[in-house]
Amino acid sequence: MSSKLTPAQAQTALDAWTRKMIAWHFSPATGCDYWLKWAKAAGWDPRKEIKCFADIAKKFPHFDDDVLRVELPERFVPKAYAKRPYNVFETGGTTGMPKQRVGWDDYKTDYEEFSDHYGPNFFPKGTNWLMVGPTGPRRLRLAVEHLANYRGGSCYFVDLDPRWVKRLIGMGEMAMARKYQEHVIDQAATIMRHRNISCMFTTPRLLENLAERMSLVKAGLKGVFVGGTTMTPQYVRFVVEEVLEGKINFAPTYGNTLMGLAISKKLTKADKYSLTYYAPQPRATLRIVNPDKPEELMPYNEYGRVELTTMTKEFFVPRFLERDEAIRRPPCDEFPWDGVGDVRPFQSLTKTIIEGVY
Amino acid sequence: MNSPIHIPILRLGQSYRSLDTIKFNVSGQPLEISVANSGLIRRDLKNLPKSGAALRAIPCETLVGYMEKAAELYLHGNLPWGDDGRLQSPDDYAAALSQLTGLPHSLGRSNMGKVHAAMSNIRAVIAGLTRRMPLGLFDTGVIRQDGLDVNFFPQTDSLGVLLPSNSPGVNSLWLPALVMKIPVVLKPGREDPLTPFRLIQAMITAGFPREAFGFYPTTHDGGDQLLFGTGRAIAFGNDTTLKKYAPYRHIQVHGSGRSKILIGDDYLGEWPKHLDVIVNAISANGGRSCINCSSVLISRDRDKLADALARKLAAIEPLARDDPAAILCGFANPKAAKAIDERLEELLKTPGAVDLTAKYRSGPRVAELHGQTFLRPTLIVCDDLNHPLANTEYGFPFASVLQVPQEKMIDQIGESLVVSAFTHDREWSADLMTSTNIERLNLGPYSTMRVQWEQPHEGNLFEFLYRRRALQGDLVAV
Repeated sequence: MSSKLTPAQAQTALDAWTRKMIAWHFSPATGCDYWLKWAKAAGWDPRKEIKCFADIAKKFPHFDDDVLRVELPERFVPKAYAKRPYNVFETGGTTGMPKQRVGWDDYKTDYEEFSDHYGPNFFPKGTNWLMVGPTGPRRLRLAVEHLANYRGGSCYFVDLDPRWVKRLIGMGEMAMARKYQEHVIDQAATIMRHRNISCMFTTPRLLENLAERMSLVKAGLKGVFVGGTTMTPQYVRFVVEEVLEGKINFAPTYGNTLMGLAISKKLTKADKYSLTYYAPQPRATLRIVNPDKPEELMPYNEYGRVELTTMTKEFFVPRFLERDEAIRRPPCDEFPWDGVGDVRPFQSLTKTIIEGVY
Repeated sequence: MNSPIHIPILRLGQSYRSLDTIKFNVSGQPLEISVANSGLIRRDLKNLPKSGAALRAIPCETLVGYMEKAAELYLHGNLPWGDDGRLQSPDDYAAALSQLTGLPHSLGRSNMGKVHAAMSNIRAVIAGLTRRMPLGLFDTGVIRQDGLDVNFFPQTDSLGVLLPSNSPGVNSLWLPALVMKIPVVLKPGREDPLTPFRLIQAMITAGFPREAFGFYPTTHDGGDQLLFGTGRAIAFGNDTTLKKYAPYRHIQVHGSGRSKILIGDDYLGEWPKHLDVIVNAISANGGRSCINCSSVLISRDRDKLADALARKLAAIEPLARDDPAAILCGFANPKAAKAIDERLEELLKTPGAVDLTAKYRSGPRVAELHGQTFLRPTLIVCDDLNHPLANTEYGFPFASVLQVPQEKMIDQIGESLVVSAFTHDREWSADLMTSTNIERLNLGPYSTMRVQWEQPHEGNLFEFLYRRRALQGDLVAV
């Protein structure tokens, strides 16, 4: 996923990719029912008017992800994929209808790139994985297993249902939420003790809990990949120094069902444990925009709202305003495009948000 | 500008600088407070057995001596500000406390006096809590009383405390735990990390083992971890806090006090002599304490009493923080003062309540003076106890006055932390003493703010931390 391009070359590649994807999604021969009808109703042809990535921000409104609840998934199936059965991946759904997206190979592409980024030893090849976290109807479950297989290993699973945890917390059933979390950790600890596990995907909170039961170093863990919740610099430091005892490789990521996986830049001393994530550009692009005027980018090193545009052959989402905010960070050696730093829930300083529950 | 003073996390003996901090500015001196992530707290709590062992290795009598010495250090000593060796004098502390919490220096000093008294009177405090059992109880767990061997054992390996910021005096509540050989794990209030940190520094300097103290400025999540990770815990807060933690028996919640003065029929002609006591109960400590009086009940002459109180309360003016006569506290968050004012005005629209102080005070309730935002004292006369302003409290001098027949008072007051019943009526006193709604009862014309060291404040810390069990047989090895 990392790139040898210069920022200017990366921008040129993004513009070219944008034209290609717009042509794909808005051509009657390849596009899906939803976007074709959308363009007709909008009264303009994106194929003619979108010449570069910047045009997306100028021409498209923000994607309303509620349509992923309301519309049937088949409306998002590109004609080119019409003959292939699809996966349905869900997000949300603590109450009411979850959001659903269709998919075929995107998750494999994302996780193969992720794997290649880290080379053979970060997560030792040919070893087994354990995933502890939300499985069920989520893309993540298939993706992590694919990652393990892609690296020559197998994957064990322990499920955690975040919808139930959030509901318990919403009902004030803190004790029951804790018992459920313990139940999950009990299962993970059992697998760790009885099987050879070298690599793990989990959420930061579950990782902490598991490390309270055992030394993860002594348990044989070599590499950990996490995602899911806010990680402040202090939190990252705590995980690196104490949970992973400074001896286990650590790969924090930022991602979701709509985007895929944003990898974090390798931490240096100068970063002081502040994480910066880079989207899998050009398939997905993250921008940090002014929350009050989302058409404007924030200056570098300032907080703004995260805006996602996903453009793969399988799925098109323009300008989706995530429920997160982050610091806009400049391109770096590994990634020649903007990054998003110290992600946290949008307006988390002024609102109470149930986050980091698992 | 001076380099920031950094108040670290104390991880049961280890000082730790977090990368997450809260920043304050105290008269040009930057102050940073380390903020602990919740996992760090959970991880540390696993080391509590070592903390307990460190305390158990010291005779209780010695710990009492340390506490008495710490009392003097806290009140008079130069103690570490943070983690870099700079020292904080008592004046530095009082001034910074005032900056962060809005307490005028005078009240800061009087709170220091209260905490000092709780420490220096630790023998009396412990004697009050244990009903004068010998201190050796905490060394061996066994004492002989009236020919009977009595065994008490700790029910917990620690005491977790979620402290408030409103009044430093509440810190006196957790102090006896250390002498009872129970380590403490503290989450300071956001605006007052200074008091528990200074107390801990005084106690360590006096001889207490470092491992006995956990000091974790943290988030709500971290606070929850602390409450649920310690065997016994105390949380301060409002009715929401009370509701949240009420199901958990190991957590003692100090919610709203709703403390009251009930004027008995035998004192109907006497109250004019005790007006200053009532005004003190409403306004002392800036009205910030849960033991401040928030309702006065009388069976007749309500309006006369209310008018007399309103005149006296309205005369209390906001003064500069360093004015020795200052009684009112500025609000650390001015928006909170304005929100309370708006709420009161909204509730006053419900018929049956009048703000009597409005006509006597020299300006609007919200006062922006001396570089701070204040709320002027407010006395509401209410027609019945069901009015939303009748049985409530706010963090400034605020009270309601109601007319209720004496025989109905006990049934109508609801849960009240302190009740001062102005009476010498034997029969009514007996009824008051059997009321389950009253946590602390003062009989006679006394302020609700009255503290006697031999009496528990709210709940009995010893009974909260220790339990008696039957011990029989051969006690030769005990």
